[in-house]
Amino acid sequence: MSLRIVVTVKYVPDATGDRHFADDLTVDRDDVDGLLSELDEYAVEQALQISENSDDDVEITVLTVGPEDAKDALRKALSMGADKAIHVEDDDIHGTDAIGTSLILAKAIEKAGYDLVVSGMASTDGTMGVVPALLAERLGVPQVTLLSEVSVEDGTVKGRRDGDAASENLEASLPAVVSVTDQSGEARYPSFKGIMAAKKKPVQSWDLSDLDIEAEEVGLEGSYTTVENAAERPARTAGTIVKDEGEGGKQLAEFLAGQKFI
Amino acid sequence: MAEVLVYVDHVDGAVRKPTLELLTLARRIGEPVAVALGNGAGDTAAALAEHGAVKVLTHEASEYADYLVVPKVDALQAAVEAVSPAAVLVPSSAEGKEIAARLALRLGSGIITDAVDLEAGDEGPVATQSVFAASFTTKSRISKGTPVITVKPNSAAVEAAPAAGAVEALSVSFSAQATGTKVTGRTPRESTGRPELTEAAIVVSGGRGVNGAENFGLIEALADSLGAAVGASRAAVDAGWYPHTNQVGQTGKSVSPQLYIASGISGAIQHRAGMQTSKTIVAINKDAEAPIFDLVDYGVVGDLFDVVPALTEEIKTRKG
Repeated sequence: MSLRIVVTVKYVPDATGDRHFADDLTVDRDDVDGLLSELDEYAVEQALQISENSDDDVEITVLTVGPEDAKDALRKALSMGADKAIHVEDDDIHGTDAIGTSLILAKAIEKAGYDLVVSGMASTDGTMGVVPALLAERLGVPQVTLLSEVSVEDGTVKGRRDGDAASENLEASLPAVVSVTDQSGEARYPSFKGIMAAKKKPVQSWDLSDLDIEAEEVGLEGSYTTVENAAERPARTAGTIVKDEGEGGKQLAEFLAGQKFI
Repeated sequence: MAEVLVYVDHVDGAVRKPTLELLTLARRIGEPVAVALGNGAGDTAAALAEHGAVKVLTHEASEYADYLVVPKVDALQAAVEAVSPAAVLVPSSAEGKEIAARLALRLGSGIITDAVDLEAGDEGPVATQSVFAASFTTKSRISKGTPVITVKPNSAAVEAAPAAGAVEALSVSFSAQATGTKVTGRTPRESTGRPELTEAAIVVSGGRGVNGAENFGLIEALADSLGAAVGASRAAVDAGWYPHTNQVGQTGKSVSPQLYIASGISGAIQHRAGMQTSKTIVAINKDAEAPIFDLVDYGVVGDLFDVVPALTEEIKTRKG
């Protein structure tokens, strides 16, 4: 038996940088360093653990859609231990929304061949958290999403989803789409050996024509949503800061009472 | 007037507050028609009618509880086909966003998630979103298909607006995918008696400075004195001091209460992403240089182990 896992990852602007919009109201990626979305590291980690716990022959492919620099995200995942990588890159992809991104990913996943797709719970830039569900819908396979625990055995994926009202135990047959949360387990650091090995691992590059996608289906033109304007939030006016010299609690209570919270 | 579908988030017939907020927003763009699914769906009608639902489409089936997400998508799709609405509004919970996304894809429509406000526009509803850790505000609309929009809790005040709320049975045929992901077990979360974090008007959060699970009692006592929900920073959650369900921040919950009190939280960007849209922000921290103080309306530089109990006492005294 073999198990083919595709991990979808995203190259995102560093959240600790000064993020802003470009003139076309897409995310400006030039001024901020990019990196592998932290939440996708958990997906890579769970794929590696599924592989380590499996008697099957497991192959892990990491997949990303993005500009040239996005290869950095793939290299990170390869250095953690993934086997190979696919980079979908095309000038016409710029400005693609979540619906379009799910189209590109789904076509690439189908082309790559898969038994299991593992994604992070959300990207750390858009933070919509909808792509795994969209992938399941497009691929026509079960979604087993937002898992804090995941395991795969005998063609079945099981997991625990911790919701607001309840924790649910979920189960589905492969093929399936899984997404994992940051509670699923700390992601490993790439070892020196891993980093060296990653340099030799194959990275395939595909463009839209490889995936039979027309340019107008994606990009800013193909987007299903229009951003009309983006405004920087006005800086908060400086608040009152007091030093506690025994009366800090009382002073704060006075403020809260003045604001009618008490 | 155009109808607007509102997906009802309820627990055995008890409608949760974000749904009532959606009804207020829905009235800005049309006539709200509510869709209530699963056990107790019919019992939601009175509350929904009181808040403006002209119609309540209901469907009870065990599939909604026994399988993940897809049965609800099937039902909403059936409702869209029955009503041809001007928009579909769904609460921005994790599940709500997944339902909305799959629905939008099926309808060939765009989707906007985590709207914090909604208004009628010439070319359809315009949604306000707060992005990049709430450092930017965007206004967007959906340019293709029936707009599907998820709205964050606390985005609108709940307003009573009595309407007919006529209950109609929705006819749903489940898709082949509906039974794909089985729910094999469910452990309900134990109620703390405190308000739900994302819905609460006041949130009191603790971070690294709380320095141990045993000290969270101080944070809880302050929260209880104000009738507030308890939040925790990622540092506190990762240390195992408080459950992940209470985590405020980029990878936890995003909250937007009237009042947010941060205790022993330095204010890393990931935390700010989850609370920066709070109306009034208060912080207590030993470190006068902590970035959280850049956000506050009122800050106390001091030891939370002194300030928090004193504050709790003072609130109790004032409340008598």
